[in-house]
Amino acid sequence: MKRILVLVATALLVLSGLTACTSTDKGTIKIGVNVELTGEAAVYGQPEKKAIELAVKEINDAGGILGKQVEAIYYDTKTDGAESTSNVTKLATEDKVVAIIGAAISGTTMAAAPVANQYQVPMITPSGSNAKVTNDGTTVYPFVYRACFIDPFQGVVIANFSSTELGATKAAVIGSSSSDYAKDLATIFADQFEKNGGTVVAEEYYTDTDTDFNAILTKLQNAGEFDVLFIADYAVRAGLIIGQARTAGITVPIVGPDGFESPDLVALAGGADKVNDVYFSTHFSALSEDQAVKDFIAAYTASAGEAPSALSALAYDTVYMLKQAIEDADSTDPVKVNTALEAIKDFKGITGTINFDEWHNPIKSAIIVELVNGEQASATVVNP
Amino acid sequence: MLEFLQQMINGLSIGSIYALIALGYTMVYGIIKLINFAHGDMYMIGAYVGMISVTTFKLPFVLALPATMIVTGVLGVVIERIAYRPLRKSTRVAALITAIGVSFFLQNAVSRIMGAKIYTFPPVLDNRTFMFYGLRFNTQQIAIFVTAILLMILLQVIVKKTKVGRAMRSVAVDQDAAKLMGVNVDRTISLTFAIGSSLAAAAGILVGIYYNTINPLMGFAPGLKAFVAAVFGGIGIIPGAMIGGFAIGLIETMVSGYGSTLYKDAVVYVILILVLIIKPSGLLGKNRKEKV
Repeated sequence: MKRILVLVATALLVLSGLTACTSTDKGTIKIGVNVELTGEAAVYGQPEKKAIELAVKEINDAGGILGKQVEAIYYDTKTDGAESTSNVTKLATEDKVVAIIGAAISGTTMAAAPVANQYQVPMITPSGSNAKVTNDGTTVYPFVYRACFIDPFQGVVIANFSSTELGATKAAVIGSSSSDYAKDLATIFADQFEKNGGTVVAEEYYTDTDTDFNAILTKLQNAGEFDVLFIADYAVRAGLIIGQARTAGITVPIVGPDGFESPDLVALAGGADKVNDVYFSTHFSALSEDQAVKDFIAAYTASAGEAPSALSALAYDTVYMLKQAIEDADSTDPVKVNTALEAIKDFKGITGTINFDEWHNPIKSAIIVELVNGEQASATVVNP
Repeated sequence: MLEFLQQMINGLSIGSIYALIALGYTMVYGIIKLINFAHGDMYMIGAYVGMISVTTFKLPFVLALPATMIVTGVLGVVIERIAYRPLRKSTRVAALITAIGVSFFLQNAVSRIMGAKIYTFPPVLDNRTFMFYGLRFNTQQIAIFVTAILLMILLQVIVKKTKVGRAMRSVAVDQDAAKLMGVNVDRTISLTFAIGSSLAAAAGILVGIYYNTINPLMGFAPGLKAFVAAVFGGIGIIPGAMIGGFAIGLIETMVSGYGSTLYKDAVVYVILILVLIIKPSGLLGKNRKEKV
């Protein structure tokens, strides 16, 4: 009896090995997705997942890549660096994916970047915009890319927009001291604004656990006149600050980075009437007249049941960029795909035309969106 | 001067929240000498229950507040039954560790059920701003302040003037003696947890409305601050918790307003250490017989 059981078990083991073989032989192209599905940054990861699902479905319906169907394997970073790192390890060593998409924010991407390099699997973050995601400042990470523009570029764009379009000469800066994203943006904005001939009258920082900003807002109001307020943070706190600033009687224009883009911004601010004269830089605007963008919006709205955000647009572009790299390489070998990805030329996505610079950062345009009563009212394209 | 007064207003509105949470802390400690670390999470539960009662059940604020307090109060009793009562005769460290366990359990249970994402409150309370001699007041700030004061008075009346309150005070002095005198100790302790939890819930719903953002981990930091507030005022003493709460709120705001926000937590904990060194029984901690 025991022997039979052992035999059966052995047979099962062999069979399971066989099925694994057949699935790869059948020829799906496996793409790993490692984004924030829960945790604080889930608002960014969720739309990216929906966009990736849409793009994969479109590609498969049109015959796949190199005649093979695409299979996306999803992991959740839980907005946690350690989790993100272990997910990428699993994707590279167990799932043996061709490439990895993720993560949605800089912190979790930076945590996992060394692993992608170690296992030589190309990893593209759709939206990790910190300067040091794709390089350590002196050398580029050969296997890490991004689809979005970087924070220094955003900081410069917002500062230029404040000086020229808004005609501001005195700025107040308020930002989180807990994230690299916020700290870098605040510094770069301040530098560029002063380069443009303006003065920064006050800079205030807080930690990510804060929800009450009245003390620093009162302090800003008494620090001197300013005609623009720059908030360097994600929507979770930026929304609260916008609401509390407007309640405290700060009426000047408020500018911020792409982290402002969230369906919760208005609710966090405490009502649409609080979100006026607010501008943020972003990667994509639904107000675009481009036919490809219009098609994407229609398809995404139909499949996801909500309007796309910049995050969904970037993730969508990332999948197609990967498709082009695999086709250019004419191979599913991660190293060959990586070489093709690095050499990609004028990739036409819905968030703009992408070429990579030597730091694996895309050279592309930014968009400044104005919010009127919490709704996107106008979009201005700012070229690099 | 105007800036200073405005910062006072900012500080008092945060302080009233700490005070409300600290009241529950101090009550539970006063009766069974348990530092209930899960108390901050009862505040979080209160915010969620409040959010559900105004969004799903569409209750107006005046009904949502008592409804939330009752639901969370009942939960507080259940937690006491399951987690703390079996440990009443064991060491205080065992009870303390259990409280930390309950705290993690509540945080993760809410994450599991409601998701780890952030919820926002619909605008249920009037949010108008008006100026008074150059100072800016907000109707919600006033609502929080007034609610905190009213609940403190109510609590003081319950503890000092009612039969239940007398039972609580007697249990605080000596559980065995109270039992011999015919006080139902179990029921009295349950009631203490019910009242303490419902006060935390009141703070939770008010904070949810005022800051407009709630998440499963929101209870941790304010819970610690409220604990500091309770110790500062003299743990176990109701007016002490109130004074401690306002003091911590004001100190935090002044540090943010005239120094940097980044130091405010450090300053609060330095104060806790100083209080523990200089006056371990807290500001009002003289008359030990009055403890409740």
